Amino acid sequence: MAEQSIESSGQDLPAEGLVIGEEEVIKIVDMHKWYGQFHVLKNINLTVHKGERIVICGPSGSGKSTLIRCINRLEEHQRGQIMVEGTELTGDLKHIELIRREVGMVFQHFNLFPHLTVMENLALAPIWVKKMPRRDAEEVAMTYLKRVKIPEQAKKFPGQLSGGQQQRVAIARSLCMNPKIMLFDEPTSALDPEMIKEVLDVMIELAKTGMTMLVVTHEMGFAKTVANRVIFMDEGEIIEENEPEEFFNNAQHDRTKLFLSQILAH
Amino acid sequence: MADAAQNHIVGEHPDLLPPKTEVGVWGWMYHNLFSSPLNNFLTFFGLFLIWVTIPPMIDWLFIDADWVGETRDDCGREGACWIYIGVWFKQLMYGRYPDEDLWRINSMYIIGAIGLIWLVWPNLKYKGWIGVFMLFLFPVACYFMFSGGSFGLERIETPLWGGLFLTLVIAVVGIVASLPIGIVLALGRQSKNMPVIRAICVGFIELWRGVPLITVLFMASVMFPLFLPEGMNFDKLIRALVGVMLFSAAYMAEVVRGGLQAIPKGQYEAADSLGLSYWKSMALIVLPQALKIVIPGIVNTFIGLFKDTTLVLIIGLFDFLGMAQAVATNPDWLGFAVEGYVFVAFGFWVFCFGMSRYSQYLEEKLHTGHKR
Ligand SMILES: Nc1ncnc2c1ncn2[C@@H]1O[C@H](COP(=O)(O)OP(=O)(O)O)[C@@H](O)[C@H]1O
Ligand SMILES: [Mg+2]
Repeated sequence: MAEQSIESSGQDLPAEGLVIGEEEVIKIVDMHKWYGQFHVLKNINLTVHKGERIVICGPSGSGKSTLIRCINRLEEHQRGQIMVEGTELTGDLKHIELIRREVGMVFQHFNLFPHLTVMENLALAPIWVKKMPRRDAEEVAMTYLKRVKIPEQAKKFPGQLSGGQQQRVAIARSLCMNPKIMLFDEPTSALDPEMIKEVLDVMIELAKTGMTMLVVTHEMGFAKTVANRVIFMDEGEIIEENEPEEFFNNAQHDRTKLFLSQILAH
Repeated sequence: MADAAQNHIVGEHPDLLPPKTEVGVWGWMYHNLFSSPLNNFLTFFGLFLIWVTIPPMIDWLFIDADWVGETRDDCGREGACWIYIGVWFKQLMYGRYPDEDLWRINSMYIIGAIGLIWLVWPNLKYKGWIGVFMLFLFPVACYFMFSGGSFGLERIETPLWGGLFLTLVIAVVGIVASLPIGIVLALGRQSKNMPVIRAICVGFIELWRGVPLITVLFMASVMFPLFLPEGMNFDKLIRALVGVMLFSAAYMAEVVRGGLQAIPKGQYEAADSLGLSYWKSMALIVLPQALKIVIPGIVNTFIGLFKDTTLVLIIGLFDFLGMAQAVATNPDWLGFAVEGYVFVAFGFWVFCFGMSRYSQYLEEKLHTGHKR
């Protein structure tokens, strides 16, 4: 599995895609989260610069999804600070709205709107959130459908597409809002193996445009080629973070080594 | 056998026809009617039942029935006396609404029918505008046309309203009002971070669902006036309408809630992450899917409501059924109650069956190949 995906994304990024700005687009300080009594995220500190591509990995249940879902307030944190694009995430609906406009999210199960066509899925948010005229919104939608290489599916319903195509539509749907940051929560783990590549390719293309990306994934090939930082989480904590090279060849913590040995074993 | 097979080049063997028991009328009968001894028995028993019930019914309804005439003496008493229905047709349809004003009802019927057909017919233009007209302007126009008292129309008090006309007024008002109220109640009941609103909605729904409609109607007509200040008086029909409306809204709320619960969490999250506000994500994402899922339940509630309107009889309103009952007691026409009831049953059946078919058509049409 791991090997196949290394191959699948084995193209080098051109240098211009690797430019990382000084600007801090996400800053998480001393953040904690509980589900009732359960301390799911502990003392999270994370700063993301513009253009960074961060891969988050870790065992199931370690809090990876919860962490990135806190960044666009799908989950609420109870302590500490999360700043996105200079706006602090609090209960303030204005702030949440502002941040959600800047942050796109791609889910494991695509979460496309099954009652709308692909085109309607894409144009919906630009029309209703950005108040774009329908004509313009559809034009934008078409641009991104072309970018994810399925313009011919515009009139179909999501249920008529393959998993890989659906996930590409989901990526395009987020891009239509022109976000500054993209969050991916295991975007390929619900896909059949032969469809993983087409989705990863789209993500690689996106990385080349300089998009700031936070990706929860077990595709270590993707991490090696695209990420500039890999974060390992376990039991709600960030255990280790490093450049991919160092991370894979020279892990510091036993838990990281154990995890890597398990995931790279086959 | 083997030789025969060798007479053909490979791949060009003319396919044998399927055996007789697999195709055509015989095949179908063999599989569906006579496949086992029990099935044989049930088939013959079913035929027997049809034979003893249907022919006499057809005799009574059509062949032996009396169709032409003016008075009860024209009825031979062998089969049904449809003359009776003909004589009382106006009462059954409109109650005691004055003859010279029937055009007011009929013209609204025609406009309503055209509007409905327009909305229901596939691929017609301007459905949005027609929908807005039917939902907002049409009811207002109906109110002025039916009750009069302005625009030079004579006032016609609601006690004169009756028959199928009254049934339709109550049912349509109930149906049209119950869906939006029900949706709002269901959303309120689902809202987790507004405990007060949630409690109010739960209380309302459970209160109305916990009492029979007949009690609601009684309360509306007998007890409600006691709470009103002296001299103030609401029309009895309006009180009944409000009762029916709120009652069916409570049922509708529960049906809609079922649909809301069937929408995966991911849909809400996707809508949230795109920045849609609560109301937009409800209106654009959640409700279209939820309502689609519960179309059968919604129509079921509509049909139930349509038939329940007959209960207004007990507060002295003469709907379709009430009118049939009333004319049956006319001394000149005693003994034809059955014809009246059959006619009313047929009338109700036409409307309910129509709703049921339309819902099936809608389900089919809205199916987008996504089953998850
Ligand atoms: N809504 C919830 N209520 C209670 N516990 C939850 C909820 N969502 C997730 N959890 C728990 O939080 C932990 C972290 O979950 P998650 O962030 O989904 O992990 P990961 O994405 O790393 O697999 C898990 O132990 C999970 O059971
Ligand atoms: Mg997860």
